Amino acid sequence: MAELDTSGGGHKKGPGVKKGKKLSTRVDLTPMVDLGFLLITFFIFTTTMSQPTAMKLILPDDKVKPEDQNKAKESGVLTIMIGAENHIYYYEGQLKPDGSNFLSASFNGENSIRDVILKKKADVRSRAIDPTNPEKDFVVVIKPTNECNFKNVIDMLDEMAINVVKKYALVDITDNENELVKISDANATTSGSN
Amino acid sequence: MGRAKLPRKSTAIDMTAMCDVAFLLLSFFILTTKFKPAEAIAVTTPSSVAAKVAPSKDFVLVTITKDGKVFLTIDDEQKKELVANSLNTTRNLGINVAAFKKANFIGAPLSGLNAFLAIPEENRKGDQLPGIPCKDSTENELTIWMQVLNEAYAGSKMELLLKGDNLSKYPAFKNVVAAFKKNEIQKFQMVTNPENAPAGSELWKKSMSGDKELDN
Repeated sequence: MAELDTSGGGHKKGPGVKKGKKLSTRVDLTPMVDLGFLLITFFIFTTTMSQPTAMKLILPDDKVKPEDQNKAKESGVLTIMIGAENHIYYYEGQLKPDGSNFLSASFNGENSIRDVILKKKADVRSRAIDPTNPEKDFVVVIKPTNECNFKNVIDMLDEMAINVVKKYALVDITDNENELVKISDANATTSGSN
Repeated sequence: MGRAKLPRKSTAIDMTAMCDVAFLLLSFFILTTKFKPAEAIAVTTPSSVAAKVAPSKDFVLVTITKDGKVFLTIDDEQKKELVANSLNTTRNLGINVAAFKKANFIGAPLSGLNAFLAIPEENRKGDQLPGIPCKDSTENELTIWMQVLNEAYAGSKMELLLKGDNLSKYPAFKNVVAAFKKNEIQKFQMVTNPENAPAGSELWKKSMSGDKELDN
């Protein structure tokens, strides 16, 4: 296919006429194939493979009167607060006035928020009255402070998806909780630097 | 003695066919590749386990950069025209509609919009622009934008996307969401990078068992 017929078409030359040395026109195509496949691999890898995904978030309607809003059972509520520098704090039920149930957790590693969520979930399941919907009372309230960043919020919402928490809400933090988070944040950073 | 002689075959293979295939594939990939345009607004998005691919047309994208500036991108040119016209009539801004249609993103207060549109496209860089003011509930021009967009998209579906930088602070996100809420937009999607569910988690078990109910 790639070689041309160079046999000269049978044209006879007279005696004494020097024949020019016939060069083969056959080209070794292997390097060209190599190059071709190299470029193919390059283009395959540079093509955008990972398209960004979208995470859905549905906000609650603020205009609903407080008496029409969903009431959560105190025993099934887990409130998570996100502070500065990836610090997480949580409490179950209502915050005690002395703040004794205000605990800290982390995003991963030991004492991770995932374990806390799963523990709470199992706890709610074990106390469920309605066996058809054992997680009915389980609600996670996420309260980001002004110091935390966008990634933390997404990570926390992601955590809800990972642990299949059906009911969760993004709520503004109260002043009281904000103060507690601030104090704990300050403590965590000073103890961390020592 | 009478051993049949096998005719010697050449080991050189004709590479032409292979070469053809290689270059055919090559040209295919070259033609189908779309190079990522250099982004004027640098944002690194967080990752999530969400599996749904972000819509790539008819979207309205709100971007929050790491220093909390807010930018708006409208995909549909027709809607852009509607938005520009309605801003011109209601607020008397005198926006150059053609320039507005061409602009890839909006990143200036309403009062400085004309000056923003006068900057050549390639010189509009996210870090040098003021962004749309979106400080708190009193000074939130994004509310105005969302209101105008709501009108422009009346009757058709608006894919509202929010793209935030990893390091942007929560108040910026809160203010953007406040602007959405004011216009009774309760549904939006956040652009993230895909990530696999951690092994052993409930979502992971669910996806392993073939449950298709992941799209929450």
